[in-house]
Amino acid sequence: MNTFEYTPENEIKFQEYVSRYPKIDSCMLPALWLVQEQIGWVSPEAMIYVAQKLGKTPIQVYEVATFYTMFNLKPIGKYHIELCKTASCMLCGSRELKKHIKETIGIEAGQTSDDGLFTLTEVECLGACGGAPMFALNGEYHEKLTKEKVDEIIKECRNDN
Amino acid sequence: MITKIVSKNFDIPNSHKLEVALANGRYSSIDKLFSMTPDEVTQEVVKSGLRGKGGGGAACGPKWELMPPVDERPRYLIVNGDESEPGTFKDRQIFQYDPHLLIEGIICTCYALSAHHAYIYIRGEYKFFIDRVNAAIKEAYEAGIIGDKIMNKYDFKLDITVHRGGGAYICGEKSALIESLEGKRGHPRLKPHGKECEWFFDNPATVNNVETIASVPNIVENGAQGYTKYGTEKSPGTMLFAISGPVNNPGVYEMAYGNKMIDFLNILGGGMIEGKKLKAIIPGGSSCPILTASEVEKAVLDYESMWDIGSTLGTGGMIVIDEDTSMVDVAKNIIEFYHHESCGQCTPCREGTGWIDKILKKILSGDASNEDLKTILDVCNTMNGKTICVFAPAVKDIISSIIKKFPDEFKTYLKN
Repeated sequence: MNTFEYTPENEIKFQEYVSRYPKIDSCMLPALWLVQEQIGWVSPEAMIYVAQKLGKTPIQVYEVATFYTMFNLKPIGKYHIELCKTASCMLCGSRELKKHIKETIGIEAGQTSDDGLFTLTEVECLGACGGAPMFALNGEYHEKLTKEKVDEIIKECRNDN
Repeated sequence: MITKIVSKNFDIPNSHKLEVALANGRYSSIDKLFSMTPDEVTQEVVKSGLRGKGGGGAACGPKWELMPPVDERPRYLIVNGDESEPGTFKDRQIFQYDPHLLIEGIICTCYALSAHHAYIYIRGEYKFFIDRVNAAIKEAYEAGIIGDKIMNKYDFKLDITVHRGGGAYICGEKSALIESLEGKRGHPRLKPHGKECEWFFDNPATVNNVETIASVPNIVENGAQGYTKYGTEKSPGTMLFAISGPVNNPGVYEMAYGNKMIDFLNILGGGMIEGKKLKAIIPGGSSCPILTASEVEKAVLDYESMWDIGSTLGTGGMIVIDEDTSMVDVAKNIIEFYHHESCGQCTPCREGTGWIDKILKKILSGDASNEDLKTILDVCNTMNGKTICVFAPAVKDIISSIIKKFPDEFKTYLKN
């Protein structure tokens, strides 16, 4: 049974995407992004739904969804911290930052905290090398981070809940 | 040292908004554009010597000339904004501070190519910048700058669509980018024997970097000579150079080609933080062979000079490394990136990046011998020139250059 479908608003957005490309095939990534915006991850049911929308087989959607690292293949925490670990950030102290975040939230990279609030992911270069070290919090860039700034951001997240 | 062409409006408050952009010269090239034929525009860009700013440095005009004569097939411009090369963060400045310059450049380029739809492929992580560009495109549609006509008066239909990537470095490779745009995994395509344009669903297409496109309006408006007066004979014009790592003023600065790397580091980059000593610089994104401190003293920032000293200019994004950093650590960090990002299509690359990663881990743990170091160079050799795209050769370039230029640092980790 298919348990996923777009909200009416997302259905409108999807149709708008369809009108922008010579073939509906191009709507693969836009369709997956709409799924993730709607439920926070890309579930197997949603992949089947997208396959039906695009006239593809589920495996064709699966192979795309698993190729691109930004699609979450399992549910994640309310706040997704993506910490950059690549060269410039590493040279500017991302390792100390990782240790600090681990100690503050109590999770390793790749894990979600028990309260479901935070997921920590170590990612490759986010194109913010001039603001190293940095992380993205739910997609929003926070650059030139220090331990103090990280504490502030995490505190804000906790206070909102 | 700074020469502003592309970055001219970056410091103006609200420069991303149409009203401010129009008041500061945006879209001023369009009248001249439509007084020329598409071929005249292409020839002006050929004469300007404009080079692709995405890393390869190939001439832009001759690339446009690869488009076949106009026929019944639709034609496309695809703008490469997948900016994912470590150390590179320049295109985002254009997205953030002057998206209307990019749209103006797209109008000029699409007119030259007789293309009526442009796709801007932007890396998925750049959500903020994607929203910025989409807002600017919306303004441009509403003002009649693009759409059924250009600037409400020129009979040229043009649509622009932003396509959000999904977080795959390889999609910066132009044929992988098109595969991705066609809804598939980002696997680079086999290259044709002869030179030809790219193909989007079997229709002719040209792929250009964001900064390249943003350089075009100036050439249309001021002619090729207005561009070639900057830079060197073979590398004319300017580029958005970036600097990051332990320096006082990391950032993006536009300069004409031909400045000295050491001056860029010390003057615009503000020198090393806390008076640290320079050990090395990776010149143009992590795919370029590393330069030692003494090589940095001699390095000049244009394509030919960089080739002469055995490296490349790449994207112009420099990663600075200080004396306290272990080069083995740097090599390990960089190979982790490539191991993660290899698309997996070609065996030498998919396996080779993993092997080097494992061996470097072994070296760092103190369990490796000189044989292991030789194995890395052997794997590098197997990766070089034996794959569909240049990802694997770039891995070989950076890894083998670090090992060859800093052998003693590796030896301290080795067992006798």
